[in-house]
Amino acid sequence: MKLLWALIRRDIVLTLRQGGGAGTALGFFLTVVVLLPIGLGPNQALMQKLAPGALWIALLLSVLLSADRIFQQDYDDGSLDIMAMGPVPFELVALAKSVAHWLSTSLPLAIAAPFLGFLLNLSPSVILPLFLAMTLGSITLSLLAAIGAAVTVGLRRGGLLVSLLVLPLYVPVLIFGVAASNGGVMGDGVAPAALLILAAIALASLVLSPIAAAAALRSYLK
Amino acid sequence: MRLTADNLTCERGGRIVFAGIGFSLDEGQLMQLTGPNGAGKSSLLRLIAGLNEAAAGTLVLAGGDSDLTIGQQAHYIAHQEAVKTALTVEENLAFWRDFLGGGSLEAALEAFALSRFASFQAGLLSAGQKRRLALARLALITRRLWLLDEPTVGLDTASLARLVAVMSAHLDRGGMIIAATHVPLGRDPDLRLDLEGRT
Repeated sequence: MKLLWALIRRDIVLTLRQGGGAGTALGFFLTVVVLLPIGLGPNQALMQKLAPGALWIALLLSVLLSADRIFQQDYDDGSLDIMAMGPVPFELVALAKSVAHWLSTSLPLAIAAPFLGFLLNLSPSVILPLFLAMTLGSITLSLLAAIGAAVTVGLRRGGLLVSLLVLPLYVPVLIFGVAASNGGVMGDGVAPAALLILAAIALASLVLSPIAAAAALRSYLK
Repeated sequence: MRLTADNLTCERGGRIVFAGIGFSLDEGQLMQLTGPNGAGKSSLLRLIAGLNEAAAGTLVLAGGDSDLTIGQQAHYIAHQEAVKTALTVEENLAFWRDFLGGGSLEAALEAFALSRFASFQAGLLSAGQKRRLALARLALITRRLWLLDEPTVGLDTASLARLVAVMSAHLDRGGMIIAATHVPLGRDPDLRLDLEGRT
């Protein structure tokens, strides 16, 4: 556990120091959200209806922006070789790096989302469910992004490919995320159920994604 | 402790890199790997480290900790330095100490004359200094088997002497070293493995 914490801490420090991580993703998120009202026109009722879905899509894209960095640099500079030889199972290394990505990128985005919602005339009653759904969903987003990052780690400029591979996997999170955020509109009981399904997806990817990512990375190290 | 390889064959991309390699390395012995570029020196080291799989043959570390893989009992110094340029020299080493379970930072920095640079960002180091930072892992973390891939690249004479001293001390303590290099390492290797390379 202490070893994993050392790895998580290092990755977070690296993301914060190198730039291009959390800051860029937040900036991108903000920019998309600012552009939306300009594109959609000044219809406030329409905006309020679209806001949760628009925030979710902007969140997915922002998370993917930095996804290819999860393993890329460690692969290029040989750190991944040494980690693969280390005392920690490689699956846990992949898990720790996904968690670091979540803490440094996805979670800040999820926390920022309700504030950016003000720009989209987000209804106040939706803020809390949206925040809960995004916090839960963002774990899954980082874990799935790690699979895409691992599969493309040996490719030059694999960033776009990561998006192509991972965005389809995001569909369930998007469906239940929007359902949880819009719960009040859809009827009673929908939001809690959707939140529970989001939690289930998060737990499943917590187990499966590190295994998939580690397998992909191993095949590159050979 | 003894590392025995028997009839090792390495295949990469459907091509046989080397075949039928065998050796037996005892405690306190240094093995020098030589051979032309592409002969498979790095492949052999990665294979011993467990990063590649052998197409055929066996590799046994007798007398080691049977719960651990050979890689977990070995140091592997590759061409890439595994140095993070955004971290300081000390932070780089401190991470590997925490992750791999090691000893004193000061002693490791001292062994490769890096103490002066401890608080520098690793991105400011020259190529030779980065290499010394990578080599400092050898002094930081105790491992019986060292796999060194061209460890002397970029080192000046003083640093080369330090590396030779660290290697000698390791061998005297009963460690084992396999080094792929054509540079004389200050002492005669106990074993020499010449990979011929296939054209």
